[in-house]
Amino acid sequence: MAYDYEKWIRPGKLPHIWCPGCGHGIVMKGLIRALDACGLEKNKTAIVSGIGCASRLPGYIDACTLHTAHGRAAAFATGIKMAKPEMTVICCGGDGDGTAIGGNHFIHACRRNIDMTYVIMNNHIYGMTGGQFSPCTPTGALASTTPYGNPDPVFDISKLAIGAGATFVARTTSFHATQIDKLIAEGIQHKGMAVIEVVDDCPTSYGRRNKFRSVVDMMKVLKDTAVPVAAASKLSADQLEGKILTGVLYKEDKPEYCEQYAKIIAKAKGA
Amino acid sequence: MAKKTALLQGNDACAEGALYAGCTFFGGYPITPSTEVAEDMSKELPKIGGTFMQMEDEIAAIASILGASLTGAKVLDATSGPGMSLKQELIGYACIAEIPCVIANIQRGGPSTGMPTGPSQSDMQQAKWGTHGDHAAIVLTPASCQEIYEETVRAFNLAEKYRMPVQIQLDEIGAHMRERVEFAEPGELEVIDRAKPTVAPEDYKPYDSSKGMIPPLASFGSGYRYHVTGLNKGPDGFPTTKAELVAAEEQRQIDKVNLNAADIEKNEEYHLEDAEVVLFAYGTTSRSARYAVNELRKEGVKIGMFRPLTMWPFPEKRVAELAAQAKAIICPELNLGQMVVEVERVAKGNCIVAHIGRVDGEPINPDQIIKKVKEVM
Repeated sequence: MAYDYEKWIRPGKLPHIWCPGCGHGIVMKGLIRALDACGLEKNKTAIVSGIGCASRLPGYIDACTLHTAHGRAAAFATGIKMAKPEMTVICCGGDGDGTAIGGNHFIHACRRNIDMTYVIMNNHIYGMTGGQFSPCTPTGALASTTPYGNPDPVFDISKLAIGAGATFVARTTSFHATQIDKLIAEGIQHKGMAVIEVVDDCPTSYGRRNKFRSVVDMMKVLKDTAVPVAAASKLSADQLEGKILTGVLYKEDKPEYCEQYAKIIAKAKGA
Repeated sequence: MAKKTALLQGNDACAEGALYAGCTFFGGYPITPSTEVAEDMSKELPKIGGTFMQMEDEIAAIASILGASLTGAKVLDATSGPGMSLKQELIGYACIAEIPCVIANIQRGGPSTGMPTGPSQSDMQQAKWGTHGDHAAIVLTPASCQEIYEETVRAFNLAEKYRMPVQIQLDEIGAHMRERVEFAEPGELEVIDRAKPTVAPEDYKPYDSSKGMIPPLASFGSGYRYHVTGLNKGPDGFPTTKAELVAAEEQRQIDKVNLNAADIEKNEEYHLEDAEVVLFAYGTTSRSARYAVNELRKEGVKIGMFRPLTMWPFPEKRVAELAAQAKAIICPELNLGQMVVEVERVAKGNCIVAHIGRVDGEPINPDQIIKKVKEVM
């Protein structure tokens, strides 16, 4: 399928701010393919982000775009969606933005099962501030604020989303470029809260400190550690140690929040 | 025909005023002593097809109303002390991104958890300076349930007209006392809606002030696509670090309030014609001040009251005139000295400026004011 990238890119806004080798551009391209494949109307599409490298994404997309404060994307997006349910609302941002400072909004958006799609770019680091550890930095890894290795356990974003109540949860990596758009498109079409975790690479702030000699090395790791969910069922726990499960991890049909609230309105009006 | 009336507490009057002004979206989080506003909105908004959201925290509450406002809705959040502290970052976001919204702050004792059920007027400087960075603020301070109703409507009007957050500062006494409130008929009170763009969508710039200091705001989903950010930005809404663009935008966002102060200011003057002593009082404290003026007038004291209903922008011009006219300005307020600092600044030593403060959870009573007036005289 030929995709209309030009349609969705804001004229004059490229080149983007991301470093050479950063996976965010791959994710943005995947998102655009998904927007195009879903046949969305630009005027009825809102893209909402927080703060950080990944959160600069909306500025490049020709839609109704909102670059909010650190961590707050899901809460602003909830306001947009509830005030104008006919809009397609997509959040994007990084792992620190979405699961540390924005963790509360993230889990509650999942719990409500509000009809939006959250694309979370998990590059295991705070990139924009120069490489501090995030809730997704592997234990033992080096970051600018873990000079002796990271003592913290790691959030599994997809498990967090499932546990919190999201009804479509999928994961892929920035290596699996063509899977990104398919999963995002499926998330957009899903009625309810969809979370797409893209395990992403940050060569500048994460790779450099953690013995990745090149972007290609990081990509190879993403390629080699990814295991599609179908294949994973045939592997033992030992074989799955350290692997990243990819594909649709969870899908369920449950009442969606805007529809539930429409029923409240009908009840209050005495219908 | 007799007007519709009801015995309402101040929080109810605030909710009624919001509905009269056309509010269709409320985002909040439970906190004493503001919760009745949320309870009222949860009951009334669905009846008119509006949305009530009880969000996961205070920050989410203001975030939700800002998102909703960008779709064109008139929006309200109500909170109190600790909640107001939590919202400060996004109040700044609403300032720089110029998103209309109203936040009702029912002041209670502080700092921190303080005295949740006690009255206070100790968020008066926070209301102006709480969020970081240079910015303008519009803050209203009604004193009765009727006034809370009407001033809430005015808060929405100012938010829509000046495209910015407006805070309505109540205190626990005003919020929970019950008084007769007379409801306005539709059309009786002015209701202002934000200016919408008239240019073609491809020509729209969300911060283009070439045709006026307050650029029209397009609604998301209405056919206009644009970018909103908390970063310093140019007229097109996109981030910039160009010195001349940054400075011009910051200045405009402050000027739009300061240069329109005459439109935003609202004061009551009570027996000021010949006043040698002026009580500068606001909110429910002004009710004790009015009583004190009446009592002292009976004794022949030339005393009056100046009562700002708009506290910010501060009524500088009038306070400066009063400082030149009077021997003393006395500021009773439920804090240990907040607006008195502003009075002192503007008085420039032209008269005595004295303060009556109280932070023990009790109101300032008329006797306390009368005693202070006699001391100062």
